Amino acid sequence: MYPEELKYTEDHEWVRVEDGKAYVGVTHYAQEQLGDIVFVELPDLDEEFEMGDTFGVVESVKTVSDLFMPLSGKVVEINEDLEDSPEVVNEDPHGAGWIIAIELSDKSQLDQLMDSETYKKTLE
Amino acid sequence: MTRKTPLYDWHVELGGKVVDFAGYKLPVQFDGIIEEHKAVRNGVGIFDVSHMGEFEFKGPQALEAVQKLIANNAARLKVNQILYTPMCYPDGGVVDDFLVYRLGEDRFLFVVNAANQDKDWEWVQENTGEFDVQITNQSLATGQLALQGPRAQELLQKVYDHNLEEIKFFWGNSEGRIAGQECLVSRTGYTGEDGFEIYAPNDGIVTIFEAIWEAGKEFDLQPCGLGARDTLRFEAGLPLYGHELGPKINPLEARLKIFVDLEKDDFIGRDALLEVAEKGVERRIAGIEMKDKGIPRQGYPVEVNGEEVGFVTSGTYSPTLEKNMGIVMVKKEFAKAGSKLDIRIRKRLLGAEVVKIPFYKRR
Repeated sequence: MYPEELKYTEDHEWVRVEDGKAYVGVTHYAQEQLGDIVFVELPDLDEEFEMGDTFGVVESVKTVSDLFMPLSGKVVEINEDLEDSPEVVNEDPHGAGWIIAIELSDKSQLDQLMDSETYKKTLE
Repeated sequence: MTRKTPLYDWHVELGGKVVDFAGYKLPVQFDGIIEEHKAVRNGVGIFDVSHMGEFEFKGPQALEAVQKLIANNAARLKVNQILYTPMCYPDGGVVDDFLVYRLGEDRFLFVVNAANQDKDWEWVQENTGEFDVQITNQSLATGQLALQGPRAQELLQKVYDHNLEEIKFFWGNSEGRIAGQECLVSRTGYTGEDGFEIYAPNDGIVTIFEAIWEAGKEFDLQPCGLGARDTLRFEAGLPLYGHELGPKINPLEARLKIFVDLEKDDFIGRDALLEVAEKGVERRIAGIEMKDKGIPRQGYPVEVNGEEVGFVTSGTYSPTLEKNMGIVMVKKEFAKAGSKLDIRIRKRLLGAEVVKIPFYKRR
């Protein structure tokens, strides 16, 4: 359920480092807690954020939840498909439901994230 | 203390996501709000609404007591007939809104919002001292189910021993039985669909639920939570206390004029509402459809040309329309269909247009 190649945060987000970029999304647990996702508010390209900043919002039928930067960096890609199909976050949270990709400003921050085993333990 | 309804074990058994709501543990959803919503629009869904409060009025002056409290006119009710009414403060603000059942010539039942029941109970006590009436709070002893959707009647008829055809919209019946249990069945609901609400003592409601659940298998009966209850009432343009109604919103602003009988002899709030009716309201409730991408939510400011003209009272993604819709309270001149409004959603200002309420009407 929680792929080993991903890193995880306490805010139930995941990070995948690929081609020098870090893809960011919400975890299976998060999408399950949120319920039917009906809107994702994305940041603009090139926006820069610090770790912990709010970079967007994910809304289910009943709830509005902030998305937090798992790491500091600049937004280099956004998943525009989510504008018309936000339900992809429910259907494939760790894959097609990715939200943004960032260029990291401090790679050492990756060490602060959890691996799959540790994250699973926090859910127990 | 958070209470459990008599059907709590069933909620858990059916996979409900249980939350605290108005002092009760209740399911917000079972299989997903959108799926549950669509089941009620197209088939049949069942809701546990046992958290609702029930006050019974009995005695020679029951009608007089009821008439003083409510804005609508209970004198026009025949036995077994039901009306919807606001109950107002002297300044016209709303204490609560609810259904009133006439159970007998001198017997009435208020079915009040769970979140308001303590406040309502105090209000009723404070304002009925002069009448020869006995008022009892049956909220904790009474369970309630709502069976809603185009196939609700067909399903309920399988287990109900009277002819449901005879129960018209906003009428009830206390003589029929379900699985041998005494119950009050009315053709009422909060979804914009045909359907019924069923009242019974706590242990009876469990037996009734089980009978309906069993008979419901061939109808794909969908258990529904609070989430779908809210999206369904929202599309149907039905107000929700704390959103479209409250102590600072009067019924005329909330488009509930037809439920306020200003011709009636005195009732609490009448003078204030007469004055509002004469002068005309300054603001009122309107529906909006988002033109830009975003979901309006309660409390978001509404602007026109940079000036604040109101606020959002409710808003969500509408599963039937597949659009982001809202209900707003705005200055009267901006409440007409076609008006262009801006909704401040976080740091963005997003375009919306006023559209007619209800957003959804069953065929």
